[in-house]
Amino acid sequence: MKKLALALMIALLLVAGGVMAQDDVVLEFQQWWEPELPEGSFRAILDDFEAQNPGIRVETISGPYLTTKDQIIASAATGTMADVVGLDGAWVNVLWKQGALASLTQAMMDAEYDDSELAAQIRLAGETYMIPIANFIYPVFVNLDMLEAAGIDPPTTRAEFAAAAMALTDPDNNVYGWAQPLSLEQPNGIQNDTMSWLWASGGSMLDDMGMPHLAGNEALAGTLEYLKSLHDAGVVAPGSFAMKENEKVEEFVNGRVAMIVNTLAHFTLIRERNPDLNFDITALPAAEGYDGPRGLPYASWGIGISANTEHKAEAWKLIDYLTSVEGNTKLTSIANAFPGNVNATPDFIQTDPLFETAFAIFQEGYLANEFTGLPAAEELMRQMAEPFQYYLEGDIDLDELLEIAQEEWEAIFE
Amino acid sequence: MPYAYLSPTLLLLAALTVLPIATVFLYSLVDNVIVNPNPPNFVGLDNYEEVLTNRKFRGALGNTLYFALVSVVAHFIIGLSFALLLNSRLLSANVKALFRVIYILPWVFTASIIAILWRLLMNPHGVINFLLLEFGLIPELMEWLSDRDLALNAVTFINIWSGYPFYLVSFLAGLQGIPDDLYEAGRVDGGNGWQLFRHITLPQLKPIIISLALLDFIWTVHQFTLIWMTTGGGPMRSTEVLSTYTYKAAFSSHEYSIASTIAMVILAICTFVAIFYVRSQRMADE
Repeated sequence: MKKLALALMIALLLVAGGVMAQDDVVLEFQQWWEPELPEGSFRAILDDFEAQNPGIRVETISGPYLTTKDQIIASAATGTMADVVGLDGAWVNVLWKQGALASLTQAMMDAEYDDSELAAQIRLAGETYMIPIANFIYPVFVNLDMLEAAGIDPPTTRAEFAAAAMALTDPDNNVYGWAQPLSLEQPNGIQNDTMSWLWASGGSMLDDMGMPHLAGNEALAGTLEYLKSLHDAGVVAPGSFAMKENEKVEEFVNGRVAMIVNTLAHFTLIRERNPDLNFDITALPAAEGYDGPRGLPYASWGIGISANTEHKAEAWKLIDYLTSVEGNTKLTSIANAFPGNVNATPDFIQTDPLFETAFAIFQEGYLANEFTGLPAAEELMRQMAEPFQYYLEGDIDLDELLEIAQEEWEAIFE
Repeated sequence: MPYAYLSPTLLLLAALTVLPIATVFLYSLVDNVIVNPNPPNFVGLDNYEEVLTNRKFRGALGNTLYFALVSVVAHFIIGLSFALLLNSRLLSANVKALFRVIYILPWVFTASIIAILWRLLMNPHGVINFLLLEFGLIPELMEWLSDRDLALNAVTFINIWSGYPFYLVSFLAGLQGIPDDLYEAGRVDGGNGWQLFRHITLPQLKPIIISLALLDFIWTVHQFTLIWMTTGGGPMRSTEVLSTYTYKAAFSSHEYSIASTIAMVILAICTFVAIFYVRSQRMADE
């Protein structure tokens, strides 16, 4: 009899639980962030969201970056994308072209949301499709011991940087002033280590209509000419044309390269790999005479909503929470990232002087990554990297480089 | 009734081979697919014309043929040399066992591990440059993977290193299957070492040589991971091969129709080679 009563109670509980579960809206949230954060910390943020929004549950679909990218693009093609997706700026355009992303402008209007607190929005055809909620900026990392030994201050202008790189280069001991990765496998060296110099001096690679503006772009020509002068002077670490981002960091960690443009996301990695490395960060040097705000190259964890979701309002509530001061502070604190909400202040800024410096650089400049949202962004980088390599080798001149790249980019934009 | 017995195999073949190939072929005949929300337009052979007249495609094709042919020839020479060494009576059993392990080592690594390993070794500050400089064999640091004059040969070398053990194992099995009587008869007839090799060993190994060479050629044409992870097709497209070119078209440019077209061209090349393989197998059976 007791067993029967127990069985009935369990059955009732299961039925009740089932009814409750049926009432709940379950949001699928696919991203690559959870595996990169301390275990359980991302779930804790989502639990807070669920506690504040009864009736909404969030199920995470988490995986490494590349797997997530492939799965999101494949699921967009089959119309089975998760309700909420983590986005990289390089994918937004292709997903938007497929009609796989919902307009966040519409979602904000429906929710009467005030977007003035958002640090950035990625817009296509006038509407927002991605909101960067955690940003990893790319300042210049400098090896302080090497700079102090040479009696040099961290450079703030291109001329100072070139002079510092020259003074720090010692090929006999395999030490170089700078490293520029230009691998065609990972062509993001064009974004982070090449175009970043242009953005830091207020330049742009696009025209007012958002179309490629490479040929005849004096600011870009000056930037590329400057970078070639560094190569010609022999201050760039060898192996540039096959070097990848991780190898650039490795060269810096091992003291073979004195200065690199690098993401703040690598702070912990660098400290773990070489606890004795005495390094600091500084803003990317600007062209002589430029005193405006410096564009900061950055990579983002962006967020968007599937066009096919049946729970747009609930999906927006999740984004609203993650971009709120509370949610964004929590997320960026555990990610060591800069916030997507201008009023959020991550914890680490008060506890680490290097992050304090980085935050000052972040506040003085502005987020600048013109590849975000462009069609086939990675291929655009590759189509710039190839003629740039020819230019550095002296096979083509600067005008030819810019014309070739302009032609290739225009074909992609079509 | 006999076809009923075959049906599981036929179904699997249809699902895993025929259907994907047919889908890719259909993709190659339309303007764009997968990332295009609108229905694709039939363009006939336009994609084939675009691909075959493309300078970058022809460059990738040339690199692929160089990479594959040099790899196959080198695999054959190294594999056969090591197999002859391990089959020799001049070495003791223990020495042979040791060298078997050493020679087979490259085969146990996956392509991605091999790529990482050789990227480290061929780094301008890597072990290879250090040794060559120490022994005065090179005047300065060589940029093995980032110099366009060296990169294709460097990745071909890596592929040779990673692929010869397959030949070694196959040739060793073949050598051990050649009856001693033939060599004894050859010696009685006054044949020297070279003549025995030329008139007994090579003819006896001929079916294996043809099969291995054809299979290796097809596999090498498909090689992607090794090149992608070492050079990504650079610098300046000097190591661009058909597999990396296809990958970029599909997953970087999102031009899946063009990628499908290139895939069909690769399929045609491999099918052409496969016909020779089947013929050689038939001849061997007969």
